[in-house]
Amino acid sequence: MDARTQEFLEYVQSGGQVETDDWMPDEYRARLIKFIEMHGNSELMGVLPERDWILRAPTLQRKLALTAKIQDEVGHCQLIYRVVEDLGKPRERCLDDLLSGKSKFHNVFHYPTKSWGDVGVIAWLVDAAAIISQKALLKCSYAPYARVMKKVCWEESFHILHGRDTVLAMVTGTPEQFELVQEALNRWWTPLMHFHGTPIPAEEDPMFVWRIKSQSNEDARQQFLDGYVPQIRELGLEIPDPQLRKDEATGRWLYTEPDWEELKAVVTGHGPASEERLAFRRLSRAEVDWASKIVLAEAA
Amino acid sequence: MQARLRAEIALELADDELILGWRNSEWTGIAPFLEEDVAFSSIAQNEIGHARALYELAARDLGDGRDADALAFDRAPHEYRCAPLVQLRLVPDWARTVARHVLYEAADAVRIAALKEHPDAELAGIAAKIEREEAYHRLHAEMWLERLREEERFAAALEELWPFALGILDAELRPALAERFARPEVDAVERAAPGAEFAELWDEMTVVRRSAPVGAQW
Amino acid sequence: MPDRIWEVFRQERKGQAFVHGGSFHAPDRAFAEAYAREFYARRQESVALWVVPRDEILAIEEFPDEFDLKYRRVDGYSIKGRLREARARAGTAQG
Repeated sequence: MDARTQEFLEYVQSGGQVETDDWMPDEYRARLIKFIEMHGNSELMGVLPERDWILRAPTLQRKLALTAKIQDEVGHCQLIYRVVEDLGKPRERCLDDLLSGKSKFHNVFHYPTKSWGDVGVIAWLVDAAAIISQKALLKCSYAPYARVMKKVCWEESFHILHGRDTVLAMVTGTPEQFELVQEALNRWWTPLMHFHGTPIPAEEDPMFVWRIKSQSNEDARQQFLDGYVPQIRELGLEIPDPQLRKDEATGRWLYTEPDWEELKAVVTGHGPASEERLAFRRLSRAEVDWASKIVLAEAA
Repeated sequence: MQARLRAEIALELADDELILGWRNSEWTGIAPFLEEDVAFSSIAQNEIGHARALYELAARDLGDGRDADALAFDRAPHEYRCAPLVQLRLVPDWARTVARHVLYEAADAVRIAALKEHPDAELAGIAAKIEREEAYHRLHAEMWLERLREEERFAAALEELWPFALGILDAELRPALAERFARPEVDAVERAAPGAEFAELWDEMTVVRRSAPVGAQW
Repeated sequence: MPDRIWEVFRQERKGQAFVHGGSFHAPDRAFAEAYAREFYARRQESVALWVVPRDEILAIEEFPDEFDLKYRRVDGYSIKGRLREARARAGTAQG
């Protein structure tokens, strides 16, 4: 590592903040773009599992709340892609790479949704898992991204409440409604355990080394389990992992080790809904590209 | 005024706004670009919000135990009074979507302006609120109109949907709309019992709701 | 008109400073107004917005500081020594 890069590394590791036009090592810039782009991709792809349910929402209140939640996510995608653009990669190229499968998006958005039970579970637990990561990103060394995370975290706070309220209505409703939630939880538990990534130690995670992430994957997962396992169990729902328990001595949660190869396969486009979702996006983009080009015409 | 009569006015308007809001939310996540996606979603939400306020009024007037959600979701397809214009499935055609948006906002403006003058204070009050919110919808529609004016497909869409737009309004209000667009008042596509396209929409709209008994909480 | 990046400054409550909120794409003022409202005020989270094309902003990031100009700042003054002496002379030294 050359002296300038070493100096930069020490700077970010001691809490230094980086702005768009500051000098940064090529490796830092490349990792930053890849990480932030994946986040933007995820917000965009995250819309697809949920958007159909807007049309099927069973009350006006739920319809409005779900529409607003998804609107927020599209907005977050916009904010996050702007950060990537200012780092040098135009939004259209981000979309090209997403749709060609070249760049990735989070595991949870590669799975199908099957019922209104999924809607509640996703809004409550998937968003909860996401907020934990996003709060850690408030300390990102790259300041423009950290600032965007402030707005993102503020807007996400209602999503979890809406999700939990949706789940609560069902678990206090008919036995069939309770079953919808339990069944959805059974399917979403593995993706949730995968969500924060492999338990790579912080010092070995380049994202942490450069202080792009400020929390290890395992710490994030533990935080999720700490916060949400009690909340899930108190509703009478069963978590489909018989090994899941908190070791009172260490304060750490023990669980069945997720299949990390499965996670890898999913994020490289082999999830149950990956191809279908990308195909849908490609089609939609092709249909409206003409309008986008008229309004956002390139400067002469 | 008679509660029944007020309920009928409210229901017709509510059904238009609900179904248009429903159709507009079909664009969530797939609008031409991200900024527009967010903006168009607010318009859809506002429409559903208007529908909700109107259903609440109608529910009180009908006084038969049904609440706003019951009116929105639990009627049979043939009982809805929405105009043909709002029932049309236009995704993924942005030109026709904008054409409908431009025409509907203009027609609604004429209708709402009249409703603001209604002797019933509550109805007039809701109309005034709707008008204040829809002022922004009209600005949005106009900004797109400016951009797409020269586009062949947009001009064709306006032409195609014009008779449908007239059908939003009662006969005595149609000349005002015709004047606004400097177009002749042709034969309108009139309100009628909703058909197959609506039945498909209703089916999807109510599939979750119908999976539990009437009165179940969600 | 071509696509431009617009920056938004928002005021959260009356009396507060305008703070940078973010940026978006828009071709003209009409679109910029619509999108600014959506992104920074749809939850009534701002009482005022300033929206400006990025290329209209004059950004300044380099400032010369070659000679000792601390006389203009609070940290350019160290009065402890003289204050102690003055108090000693006046017999008002603090214990």
